[in-house]
Amino acid sequence: MRNRTRTVVTAVAAFVLLGALWEITKLVLPAAGVTVGDIRLLPRTDDAAMPHVWTVLARLAEPEVAGAAVARPVWLAVLAGAAFTLVLAVGGLALGGVLGALLALVMQRFALVERATLPYVVASQTVPLIAIAPLVAGWGGKIAIFGWSWQPWASVMVISSYLAFFPIAVGVLRGLGSPARADLELFRAMAAGWWTTLLRLRMPASVPYVVPAVRLAAAAAVVGAIVAEISTGTRGGIGRLIIEYAQSATADPSRTYAAILGAVVLGLVVAAVVGLLDVGLRRYRGSVR
Amino acid sequence: MKGTSAVELVGVDKDFGEVNALSGIELTIGGGEFVSLIGPSGCGKSTLLRVVADLEQPSAGTVTVGGKPPRQARVDQEYGIAFQQAGLLEWRTVAENVELPLHVHGMAKPQRQARAAELLELVGLADFAGSRPSQLSGGMQQRVAIARALAPSPRLLLMDEPFGALDEMTRERMQAELLRIAGETGAAVLFVTHSIPEAVVLSDRVVVMSPRPGRITEIVTGRRPAVGKAAELDPDDVEDVRESSAFFAAITAVREALRKGHEA
Repeated sequence: MRNRTRTVVTAVAAFVLLGALWEITKLVLPAAGVTVGDIRLLPRTDDAAMPHVWTVLARLAEPEVAGAAVARPVWLAVLAGAAFTLVLAVGGLALGGVLGALLALVMQRFALVERATLPYVVASQTVPLIAIAPLVAGWGGKIAIFGWSWQPWASVMVISSYLAFFPIAVGVLRGLGSPARADLELFRAMAAGWWTTLLRLRMPASVPYVVPAVRLAAAAAVVGAIVAEISTGTRGGIGRLIIEYAQSATADPSRTYAAILGAVVLGLVVAAVVGLLDVGLRRYRGSVR
Repeated sequence: MKGTSAVELVGVDKDFGEVNALSGIELTIGGGEFVSLIGPSGCGKSTLLRVVADLEQPSAGTVTVGGKPPRQARVDQEYGIAFQQAGLLEWRTVAENVELPLHVHGMAKPQRQARAAELLELVGLADFAGSRPSQLSGGMQQRVAIARALAPSPRLLLMDEPFGALDEMTRERMQAELLRIAGETGAAVLFVTHSIPEAVVLSDRVVVMSPRPGRITEIVTGRRPAVGKAAELDPDDVEDVRESSAFFAAITAVREALRKGHEA
């Protein structure tokens, strides 16, 4: 319990420290930045480029558009956007997780599949996300599954799962292959079949490999969802919101930072959920030997 | 089941590619008999045990375990096995580790829990049923591994240097424990070891092997203390054996057999 408290305190302290660094930077560096000749070495630190921390926080409470008839406050817009993206990222993580785990399972079962597939799995991650996004977005209007026509948010989820899939596939594959030879022979001596060995040995033994993989995949799913929203032009999420706000950043810089803050909080929420998974599976974290 | 031998090996060869690991092995282990395999590294003693366990296929010859082909014997859990490393699963409690073979074979939870409690009593670890394996000493872990091997009530116990990683004092205590357990369960034991005194004090017969190719050079009568089925084995009996002149004579006999095998 004391350990848990310390973690929370450290996390909050890190946030405060970051805010303090921001303000110190503003204080110490010249507002126009540092330039040598025509080359800018350090960015501008004036209020338009780096608004005060308190200005950003205050902006959250103000309406999205000043003077609009029906204006929701910025925090609500950011929260709604973050929630929308969260759902898509979690969906992407689930989809990528299931596909990655299934592929790892097949690769574990059939060495030939591993040799044939693994290079492509690795290669798949070298294709830039930006290149795939328009392709997947193009499915809209062309694909209908059982009468359900492809929606833009589905493209975002697929792109997000594309990023989440890789760490899970690799982590599960390593984890399933982690039991020592002696343990496998013990199961063989007990005449345990492939399924029983999977369930009672390989899967429990893979937990220390899978939990960090899920952590990586969750972060990748969030980044994937945000980038996919931007590159497919899907409305409603935090990614799109950042872009929208950034377009008027010269007039209203603190609003952009408010949206970025929302994206950071989103990432933290996902990380915390994965942390809970870690706590729940603690008994499997010991070494086998 | 009187009359059925625990293990029968007739003309068994085992080649790994060019290497001739076992050659012309003839050995019969009677029901309840304790047989040790001893010899230098590479003499094929572990391979022989693995052939009996159906973890390796013989290149030639026939193997019978409890009157069945090895594969059938394995599937029927005719034998229990213990290795040098206890190999306990860290995510299971001590009792759950003992239950593992029964769990794998789909025994209902109440039955297997009762059986595990019985076995932990037998190996003297009843108080540690809920502990994690990592909380136990090496000797205790090995006792859990033995209890696990005994879980399906096999009539044969295969042990590959189970005490090899233990210190000398723990090792001697474990030997006395094993003799008591073997006596109480009436199981035959095939025991691979590097230690001459260990082989002599435990065994009815000590099978001496030599390398390249691995073969049986001599069989020496061991000094296993006599124990009635009902009577508990007294650790002092084992101590008496260790200090008897017959014990030293048997050790000398095994040592000479080993040397002869080495020169040949």
